[in-house]
Formats: sequence, C-alpha cells, structure tokens
Amino acid sequence: MADKKFSGTSTYIATDDLMMAVNAAVTLQRPILVKGEPGTGKTQLAAEIANALGHPLFEWHIKSTTKAQQGLYDYDAVARLRDSQLGDDRVHNIGNYIVRGKVWDAFESDVQPVLLIDEIDKADIEFPNDLLQELDRMEFFVYETKQLIKAKFRPIIIITSNNEKELPDAFLRRCFFHYIKFPDKETMEKIVDVHFPALKKELLRDALEAFYKVRDVPGLKKKPSTSELLDWIKLLLAEDIPPETLRSEDSRKAIPPLHGALLKNEQDVHLFEQLVFLDRRSRSQ
Amino acid sequence: MLARFIFMLRDGGLKPSITELLTLLEAMKAGVAGTSVEDFYFLSRSCLVKDETLFDRFDKVFAAHFHGVEDAFKALVTDVPDDWLRKQAELMLSEEERAKIEALGGFEKLMEALRERLEEQQSRHQGGNKWIGTAGTSPFGAFGFNPEGVRIGQQGSRHRRATKVWDRREYRNLDDQVELGTRNIKLALRKLRKFAREGAADQLDLDDTIDKTARNAGLLDIRMVPERHNAIKVLLCLDIGGSMDDHVRVCEEMFSAARSEFKHLEYFYFHNFVYESMWKDNRRRHAEKIPTTQITHKYGPDYKLVFVGDATMSPYEIVYPGGSVEHWNEEAGSVWIKRLLKAYPKAIWLNPEPRQRWDYTPSIKLARELMDDRMYPLTISGIDEGIRKLH
Repeated sequence: MADKKFSGTSTYIATDDLMMAVNAAVTLQRPILVKGEPGTGKTQLAAEIANALGHPLFEWHIKSTTKAQQGLYDYDAVARLRDSQLGDDRVHNIGNYIVRGKVWDAFESDVQPVLLIDEIDKADIEFPNDLLQELDRMEFFVYETKQLIKAKFRPIIIITSNNEKELPDAFLRRCFFHYIKFPDKETMEKIVDVHFPALKKELLRDALEAFYKVRDVPGLKKKPSTSELLDWIKLLLAEDIPPETLRSEDSRKAIPPLHGALLKNEQDVHLFEQLVFLDRRSRSQ
Repeated sequence: MLARFIFMLRDGGLKPSITELLTLLEAMKAGVAGTSVEDFYFLSRSCLVKDETLFDRFDKVFAAHFHGVEDAFKALVTDVPDDWLRKQAELMLSEEERAKIEALGGFEKLMEALRERLEEQQSRHQGGNKWIGTAGTSPFGAFGFNPEGVRIGQQGSRHRRATKVWDRREYRNLDDQVELGTRNIKLALRKLRKFAREGAADQLDLDDTIDKTARNAGLLDIRMVPERHNAIKVLLCLDIGGSMDDHVRVCEEMFSAARSEFKHLEYFYFHNFVYESMWKDNRRRHAEKIPTTQITHKYGPDYKLVFVGDATMSPYEIVYPGGSVEHWNEEAGSVWIKRLLKAYPKAIWLNPEPRQRWDYTPSIKLARELMDDRMYPLTISGIDEGIRKLH
C-alpha cells in the first residue's frame, strides 16, 4: 500500500501538489477532500487512483436528499412488515432486511478499496458531521443486528465538493485537502495530449489559444473548464475544422466554431456575441 | 518541531489545529514528503489549510518562515532601508526600465511614493492580518517592480531564479476576509423555520399505520405522509450598486444561504431605496421593472419581508418625491416603504454597515425610524436578532 505512489495515469495528468496530497492521504489512510472548479477532474481522480493502484472502486454519489445513514445501511422495515403478514420465513432473521450501503461495501472489501464520496456539498448541512465517527474509526454499529462493522482495510476515501456549502471544521480537520486549480497552458497541453495523442500540434495550439481567450472574457457565468475543452476538441476533430479558422483575425468569424461546447448558458453566449460585436464596431471605426 | 511555524500561521489568520499538526508530523515521519522544501510545502498545505481562499495567506507565512525572517511584517513598515531597496531594485530593473523611472521623477521619488504606500497600507489595515504587498495597482507595477517584486524582507538576490511556488502567490485572487460564511448564515437562518407537510406522500407515518392496522384486525395498512418542509415564506429585497458595491460579497453569501434554506423565497433588487418598482434581473433593470404594487398583490401578508441595504444615501432620496438618483419618482421612498410595511407586518432591515456608524448617517437614522427600529447589522448575531423579530 504505502510503497505504491500515485503519479497520474496514462489518461490523467496529476500536478505535483495533487500527487503529494494523494500520497499523503494514501499513506496515512485519511480521507482527502478535493475541491475545484467544475470540470477539472475531481470525480475522475478517484477512478484514476483506483486504476493506478489496482484497487477496487466504490462510488457513493450524494444527492440533496441523501442521508449519512444510507451510506452505511438501510433497514427495510416495511418489507419485513409485509413479509410477516404473508407468513414468509425470512421474517425471523432481521438481517434479511438490512440493505448495505456503499460504505459498508467498501469496509467489507478484501483488498484495500477506494471509496468515492462524490459532491458531499449537495447533501444536507449536517451530513458531514454525521459521518465523522465512521470516517475516523472506520467502523460503525448496526443496531438492528447488534453487529459491529469494521473495515478490513481502511479504504482510501476521496471526497469531492463543489463548494456549494461550507463544510464543518471538525470534518475538515480530519481530511487532507486539495484544491484543483485550473491548469495552466502547459499542463493543459499535456492533458489534451493524453486524450488526443494524434492531434495536430497547430490545431492544439490554436484551439488552446481560442479557449483561453474565451475563458478570459469578463463576466462569464460559467467559465469553460477542462472537460468542456476536451469535448470541444472532440467536436473540432469530428467536424474536421482547419486550424486557420480558429486563428482567424477576421472578426466576422470571431466567434469560435462550435462554441456551444464551451459556453453552456444563453446569457454567456449572448454576452460573448455582444463583446464580439463591440469589438467589430471599434475596429471598423 | 514546527511549533513556531504553526504559531506563525495562527498569527497570520489561519487556524491550524493540533490534530492537523500531528497529522503533518505523522506524514513526515512516514516519509511522504521526501526531502525537498517544495514537497514539504505541498504536504503542509494539504494538511493544514482546508480552504482554498486561505492558500494565499498560507503562502505568505510559508515564505516568511522559510526565509528565516521572523517578523518581516514589522521590519517592513517600521524602517525600509533605502539603499537596500535600491540595490534590490537596480538588480531587477533593466536599463530601459531604469530610464523610464528617471522619466517619472527619478528613483528617489518613486521610493518616497513606495514608502508612503507602505505606511498608508499599514494604518488602514491595522489590527488585521493582511499583508502589505498586495498593492497591485501601484505605479510600480508598470515596471514590473512593485513591493512584491522588490521582495522586501527577503535577503539575497532572488532575481532570475525561478520563483518558488509559494512565492508565486497563485491563489491571490481567492483570498478574502469574509467573516460570515454561508454555513454560519444558514445556521442562523435555520432559526426561521416553521415546518409543515406539503407535496407528495412519501414518508411512512408510523403512528397512523399502527392505528389503522389495529383497526384493520391486524392486517397491514400502510399510511404515508408528505415530508416536512420549511413553510416559511421570505421576500428578500436587496440594495444593489452604488455604495453597496463594498458589501457585494456579504450580500451574495446571505443571498445564496437564504436561497437554499427557504423553499418560498422571492427576491427583488432596488437601488438605494424602494420606490414604485423593483427588478429581478440586474442586467435588464430598466427593461423589466416590476411594479411594487404588483409585488404586494402577488405575495400575501404571510411573507416575511427582509431588506438588505446599507441605507447610505442622501436623505432626500427617502423623503422627497423625485429624490431618486436614477429616475423621477412621483412619490417619496418613505411612502413606498410604509406601503410595503403595511402589506408585510413582519419585516426587518439588515444593514452591512457597522452599527457604530448608523448614528452618523442621517439616511440610516431615517430608514431606521421608518422600520420602527427593526434594523440589524448584517452579521451572524444581527441576523439572529432580526430573525427573532420576524417570528
């Protein structure tokens, strides 16, 4: 476990600070909290760590209605009540009605697993507090069957957050923390390179140029991120757009082709078109 | 070990705990960091800082600590050695740039300005933990030479060497000094809860089920009820633009906290004071005005009215017709606010200006009188106080 180091994979470029945070979390067997702009590969990270270290991955996606208890187990009392009405034999064993959650699954794994708790900020504000004990001691108690579930191997826990809610201090203190910042051009080139190895150098350069220009437009509601860039390049390739179009100084074409992949709401597209329009007018004067 | 670093971090406004320090030491013992300072930087940041807005502050403390300058801050503001600065600057500037400085009144003058800037910053942020070198708008910037570039407080010539990660201060624009986080606001807003059952029946009503099953001679009869929701309804009116620009951040936090906490939340914007119309989309404020009377007709008196604004303006804007800075208002703002208060008996005004200043601003006094004293500061305790008034 500890001797294996995470250093990115063939499809995932990890920066030095990310590697350090992941390796520290893996070595000390503490959860790691990953934040960052949407689309910078937070969720992807768990899959890549599992892949790189050869561990099984358990994913627990959090919704606004998710309760901490559901990650551990659910007791299906209604099913049991119904079975008792029907005289089913199963009813005598309460264990038949305990439905395991993702955390339980991860705790029972025979090799060290990777557990992803995705978008923890979506849940109720008390959710992280309810998981403190479980994440700390890596055990929980099933009251219905009087069973103590202890992790066979402490899982590598990756928690992602989009910053919609602030997390309580007590929770944060138990985690390592990493903020995936938006990659610079150099890292971005590497990222695109692992996804589209055959991409023509000039198309890549021009696409990145155009992409960072769009990102720099002030006032965008949602700035395009890495995953949007990858989608866009995929489209450019599929449409076989020549690099010259991207570079075009001709302002009639100043809106990049297929910009729908980069700008995701109509206010942003509108703003962008307005800016291009203003730019055109100032040039013609 | 590292105790001094931790205390420096705490002085710098970060709050690393003992647990986190122990984690860091444990990680170092386990050999996670290797031997390079850079590794240690990444590791300690990951262990000790749990909020990206604080990365910048961490970087500053880290830089100070690892250059052995214990009190760079004090040394910086008390006495800036002229010739030392000059030496540094000359090392960093090219011929051409130096010529430009000459054109601007010479090096002495520039230094003078720099020192003034430093002093001014010190006095303005007294008591705070804000570092001095963030004066990005200084005239020095034009020459690639600003208090940061000069590297005051760091001995030795650092120029031409690749800057260290923590010196790059990449997280600068994420730093903030916000005191209320959304979490705190939410916890405060939670006091304003009144639960009622609404919507689809999707929860088991145990008592009713037992009761009905018993009546059904033991044959199971499951009863469901809708989930409980916060039934409180809030009408939020936010002052926007002008003097409110300083408070945008707090208001945004307040707004986002309120938005996720209440199911029935309606918000409207106004500028400085309420008149005959408000708007919902700030970009189309002139095109899409909503008459205030329409608001009072649409939303019933069970809504609680919350104003958020600094109420800092000329008193004319409140008491006289035509006083608005933006348009001609037929009736005075005070008339309109009285109408609103009549429509919504439960109302408060949250003011981001500190309470001490209220008495010195006539318009705040006026607004407070119109609100029957129901004005509270936009802080956690203020929200708390105000919410008690809304019940």
